[in-house]
Amino acid sequence: MKIPIEYYIWLSTVLFTIGVLGVLFRRNAIIIFACIELMLNAVNLLMVAFSSYHNDANGQVFVFFIMAVAAAEVAVGLAILVMMYRNTKSVDIDILNRLKG
Amino acid sequence: MSYSLIITLIPILPLLGFLFIALSGKRLVRGFASLVACGSVFASFGFSLALFIRLLNGAEPFQVTLFNWISAGLFNATIGFLIDPLSSLMLLIITGVGFLIHVYSIGYMHDDEGFNRFFSYLNLFVFFMLLLVMGNNYLLMFVGWEGVGLCSYLLIGFWFKNQDYNDAANKAFIMNRIGDLGLIIGVILIFVHFGSVNYSDVFAKADTVGTSVLTLITILLFVGAMGKSAQIPLYTWLPDAMAGPTPVSALIHAATMVTAGVYMVARNNILYSLSPISQELVLVIGLATALFAATIALAQNDIKKVLAYSTVSQLGLMFVALGVGAYASGVFHMATHAFFKALLFLGAGSVIHALHGEQDIRKMGGLRKHISVTFLTFFIGVLAISGIPPFAGFFSKDEILAHAFEQNQMAWVVAVVASLLTSFYMFRLLFLVFFGKERASDDKMHHIHESPKSITIPLIILAGLSALGGFMGVPEVLGGSNWVGRFLSPVFSKSAELNAEHHLSHTTEYVLMGTIVVFTLVVIALAYSRYIGKAHVPVAEGELSGVHKTIYHKYYVDEIYDSLIVKPLYWLSKLLDIVIEKSGIDKLVNLAGDAVYDWSKIFRLVQNGSLGYYIFVMVIGVILMIAFSYTR
Repeated sequence: MKIPIEYYIWLSTVLFTIGVLGVLFRRNAIIIFACIELMLNAVNLLMVAFSSYHNDANGQVFVFFIMAVAAAEVAVGLAILVMMYRNTKSVDIDILNRLKG
Repeated sequence: MSYSLIITLIPILPLLGFLFIALSGKRLVRGFASLVACGSVFASFGFSLALFIRLLNGAEPFQVTLFNWISAGLFNATIGFLIDPLSSLMLLIITGVGFLIHVYSIGYMHDDEGFNRFFSYLNLFVFFMLLLVMGNNYLLMFVGWEGVGLCSYLLIGFWFKNQDYNDAANKAFIMNRIGDLGLIIGVILIFVHFGSVNYSDVFAKADTVGTSVLTLITILLFVGAMGKSAQIPLYTWLPDAMAGPTPVSALIHAATMVTAGVYMVARNNILYSLSPISQELVLVIGLATALFAATIALAQNDIKKVLAYSTVSQLGLMFVALGVGAYASGVFHMATHAFFKALLFLGAGSVIHALHGEQDIRKMGGLRKHISVTFLTFFIGVLAISGIPPFAGFFSKDEILAHAFEQNQMAWVVAVVASLLTSFYMFRLLFLVFFGKERASDDKMHHIHESPKSITIPLIILAGLSALGGFMGVPEVLGGSNWVGRFLSPVFSKSAELNAEHHLSHTTEYVLMGTIVVFTLVVIALAYSRYIGKAHVPVAEGELSGVHKTIYHKYYVDEIYDSLIVKPLYWLSKLLDIVIEKSGIDKLVNLAGDAVYDWSKIFRLVQNGSLGYYIFVMVIGVILMIAFSYTR
């Protein structure tokens, strides 16, 4: 049985929205980070779905690139988180307000 | 060696010498620096001589084009050299006299801490001067023209710790700049009207453009010559330029650089011959300068100042020759003047050297017995400049005066008066310095000594040239063949066709010559009775009165320029400073700064440092962007 494309669209929309809301309303940096990954993967999911729907491999190739870039981004982001924790003994982003104008 | 290589090497060698000495600085042993400097100029002299001999044997003028320098639209300028009789003669003077002065400088500058710097400047000067006379287009000549101005500036202000000397250097540079403006506008006009800056193209088309255009161009070029060759009204820098070391005065401010204007006018002889108004202007300015400077020289007490005014006066005489269309005579006088004026300056330098820096002729006197070589050579120089036959100045000056007589007898009278004054002040100088009582302090007389060989040998060679140099232009009336005139004639052939030839009868020439010589001898006798017979010594400044005081103060020309031009300029710039700068531009600039500052007080509140807020704004922004893209 073929799953209709609309289901995928709804699923990734829900996942993306959860991600956005998580980024907006959580204060824990690790959670925010996870939410960003959630948004990325919602998009990935949508792309794979459309790729299969249109019988076009381009979308899947893009997904691989996005994953590679996301992996690199995670490495940098986590390193920043580690440094942040070492300096502030906390991962609460509301503490990081020293860059105000 | 091919001739194009030789021609290229002539200017390149001094340039290499300059680079080598300048880049190695004080690390270089002095002897080696002077060897490089003298050697490069001497090699150039050798090559110039080879070319000269070749031209003498009837070779065609050499044209060498090295490469395309500037090419923009219709405008085209090459680095190319032209060696014809005129530039070849100039090359010999520049490298020959230049070499002697280089050698002289070894002795004169031996205990100066800027020894190497001095020689690097001298070599750079020779390079630019060679470029000036060798270039086959106006633009290359202009490069040389500016270059020698730069070197003149550097060398006048050579002892830069003295602020007066720096002021003199600035004055020379600024005065020259006024002239150079005229020159460059002239060159631009030449390009506009002829479509080329090459001499050959311009001269070939000289009679195709109108007389009025040519007159404008030639007057503008002459303004350049006024600056460089120290003519009224731009002459005041030259006497002040004596602040430089004496070899510099001899090389740049007497023998070579100041003759650049004469060279330039002679080079453009066709253009001048086609515009009678400019020729008239050249004649009038030349006469005025010759007479004016000669009168100033009568009352100066600084040995170098006298010679400086004498240079200005002699340059005026050269322009008289150019103004009456006797281009070859002007160039001839330039050559002999290079010999005897270099000799006189170097002799003066030797006197100054012997007296440890004393330049005031009131504190000299009786030096004849102490520095006999200097005295003898200086004496020959004085005879040459006064026009006593058979010394060099006689032939060249006589030729100019004869040509002036042909054209305009008033001009002849003025020129004769100027040259009689020249004889008077030169003998005044000679008598005051070398004859009479010894007026120098005992301390100085005790240490007096003849200068070293490196100083006396150039003096002797130049004395020889001053004594015999005139024989290259013995006029026909005296049984000569006017060799220099015939050698230069190809350069001036077109002008010669234009200028109507009216020859003086031989009797007239004999009479003119005789009159001048007799008058000169009378003037010398006058000088003798005043300065030796009555042992007159110029009095101190405060005791002067009337005309004498005016002349002593150089007719107050510097003061007049100061109050007419310099002061109003300062006043105007002060005004502009207050009105335009302070309350206009400054206000505007500050307004921009203040506006940014004030606005930033509001906008910086946006940066509140809270990450959550930033992300929120970002998401809102993204949503808005998407929404916007849907609504379109």
